Amino acid sequence: MNYNVNEKGYYGEFGGAYIPEMLYPNVEELHQNYLKIMAEPDFKKEFDQLLKDYVGRPSPLYFAKRLSEKYSTKIYLKREDLNHTGAHKINNTIGQILMAKRLGKTRIIAETGAGQHGVATATVCALMGLECIVYMGEIDIARQAPNVARMKMLGTTVVPALSGSRTLKDATNEAIRDWINNPVNTHYIIGSAIGPHPYPDMVTRFQSVISEEIKWQLKEQEGREKPHYVVACIGGGSNAAGTYYHFLHENDVNIIAVEAAGLGVDSGESAATSVLGKEGIIHGCKTLLMQTPDGQITEPYSISAGLDYPGVGPMHAHLAKTGRAEFMSITDADAMKAGLALCKLEGIIPAIESSHALAIFEHKTFKPEDIVVVSLSGRGDKDLETYINYFKL
Amino acid sequence: MNRINKKLQGDKKLLSIYFTAGYPSLTDTVTIIQNLEKSGVDMIEIGLPFSDPLADGPTIQASSTQALKNGMTTEILFKQLKDIRKTVSIPLIIMGYFNPILQYGVEAFCKKCQEIGIDGLIIPDLPVGVYNDEYKATFETYGLINIFLITPQTSEARIHFIDSISNGFIYMVSSASVTGSQSGFGDPQTAYFERIAAMDLKNPQIIGFGISDNKTFTQATKYAKGAIIGSAFIKHITNNGIEDIPTFARQFNN
Ligand SMILES: Cc1ncc(COP(=O)(O)O)c(C=O)c1O
Repeated sequence: MNYNVNEKGYYGEFGGAYIPEMLYPNVEELHQNYLKIMAEPDFKKEFDQLLKDYVGRPSPLYFAKRLSEKYSTKIYLKREDLNHTGAHKINNTIGQILMAKRLGKTRIIAETGAGQHGVATATVCALMGLECIVYMGEIDIARQAPNVARMKMLGTTVVPALSGSRTLKDATNEAIRDWINNPVNTHYIIGSAIGPHPYPDMVTRFQSVISEEIKWQLKEQEGREKPHYVVACIGGGSNAAGTYYHFLHENDVNIIAVEAAGLGVDSGESAATSVLGKEGIIHGCKTLLMQTPDGQITEPYSISAGLDYPGVGPMHAHLAKTGRAEFMSITDADAMKAGLALCKLEGIIPAIESSHALAIFEHKTFKPEDIVVVSLSGRGDKDLETYINYFKL
Repeated sequence: MNRINKKLQGDKKLLSIYFTAGYPSLTDTVTIIQNLEKSGVDMIEIGLPFSDPLADGPTIQASSTQALKNGMTTEILFKQLKDIRKTVSIPLIIMGYFNPILQYGVEAFCKKCQEIGIDGLIIPDLPVGVYNDEYKATFETYGLINIFLITPQTSEARIHFIDSISNGFIYMVSSASVTGSQSGFGDPQTAYFERIAAMDLKNPQIIGFGISDNKTFTQATKYAKGAIIGSAFIKHITNNGIEDIPTFARQFNN
């Protein structure tokens, strides 16, 4: 079984590029060039250098001793929260901004939900001196004020998405419309492993540095490259794709994908796409998607804005369908509890997205000798208000 | 012969109108179609509303959102159109995004279209390559013409390819934009219109996106076989209701 993208842009039956003709030249230009550009020695050199000196990579692989004791297994945290700007998102935006420059683009657009990808994009645009416009749902602008302020300080224009439900899905629609309106000078930096081919593959490759590091870091600490489990939360699936990438074809490495159940998978307020979704087309790719029987895309819900997306990247749809990954759904309540527990046990305040991945230990038992690597995709600074309100701190 | 092909044969410049089914009210669909035909419109694009219309500007987005709120579904649209061929004879095209069609089942959808007397489909997010590899045979079985889009950025080679697999007209998107965003055509557009006209394609071209008044209609039909009006018509029925369609149609010298 192949879990990587094939030459037509599909992961099994999922993926492809279901885009209006207006976007064809842009997407085709990227398709024709992305692998070539990524293979250029000076691209690699610049990417690696920026990841090291600017982002602060490698991010530590930290053995969480007290957490491990609590659950009687060996838990390692991959500390993407320690990256510049506070999440894994910057790995992708560094890669894409270098790509955009080599394609001669002068204007950058992006969508954002929680604002983490927006901040990561605004950051690299400031770094490279490129114009940056970020689309963000009107509702998210109101609930993620600190990240809106960060983007503005970094010189980015934040445009409210006023259509539909005014959240991440609609911000993505607006970014795509902007790209249709500006086909020549603009590059669209998609923030997750979603969108038309080659985006899911390109984003996955930029994020694959996560599992590349896990291999040698684990070798140093445990004398083996392969953990028994890799665990990550899934919104669109970029931190997960990066965490799994180098283990996809290692069948003795178990993959766990953690989705947001919201108020409960059957509550009507959920974002557990692998359970509630059906094959369909969203934002240019065929994947699992929450929709009405009539094919209208429905509104997901999660307390974490970064997991509040009605689809999942096509690679993950394939991992779900083939059974290569075990999918788990974690409610708001369980995620919040796991987040607070990490604060108390390890002195780390996680992003609520990442807290979903941490919550699996309450639901699944591991053997004492199992090595479980969890992607701690981001830090909780952006979520302080949500934590404070939730726990009445 | 398919009604679209027949309509394309004459010398007349064609006026084609897009509207969103289920807007302003759920049950307006048939009345709008009948009034458009009575007003001398040559061809109609019936919009199947979608929650996430990527290629549309604010006007069509808002009409789609409202139509869905009103309760429009694929099933209801087909029910409304069941007897449409008893009263309407001009070509009817359904324009919709791919996901609702995929959920209905592509073959079942095409079959239903044939039963009703739909002549063609425009599916902006169904790529040419996927259509050609996976769905062409089905469309042909049910006598449906699939209409492809080209834009100012479409390469010459790709235009020739699209022309070779088309058998009705080519939908020429007037400029690099979503629907409804132009106020007039400048030099870059006329240069593009001239360039395409000079390519001497097998299929006639009909220009859409940003046609809003007689001026833009006349500019477009100077180079092309016809023009499609969408957002401007939706605005008209939003402001004036669905009875006063002849006044709208009369402003175009087609
Ligand atoms: C910290 C963090 N983790 C995870 C995600 C989810 O995105 P993805 O599934 O692409 O990793 C986000 C998105 O905003 C995020 O900010």
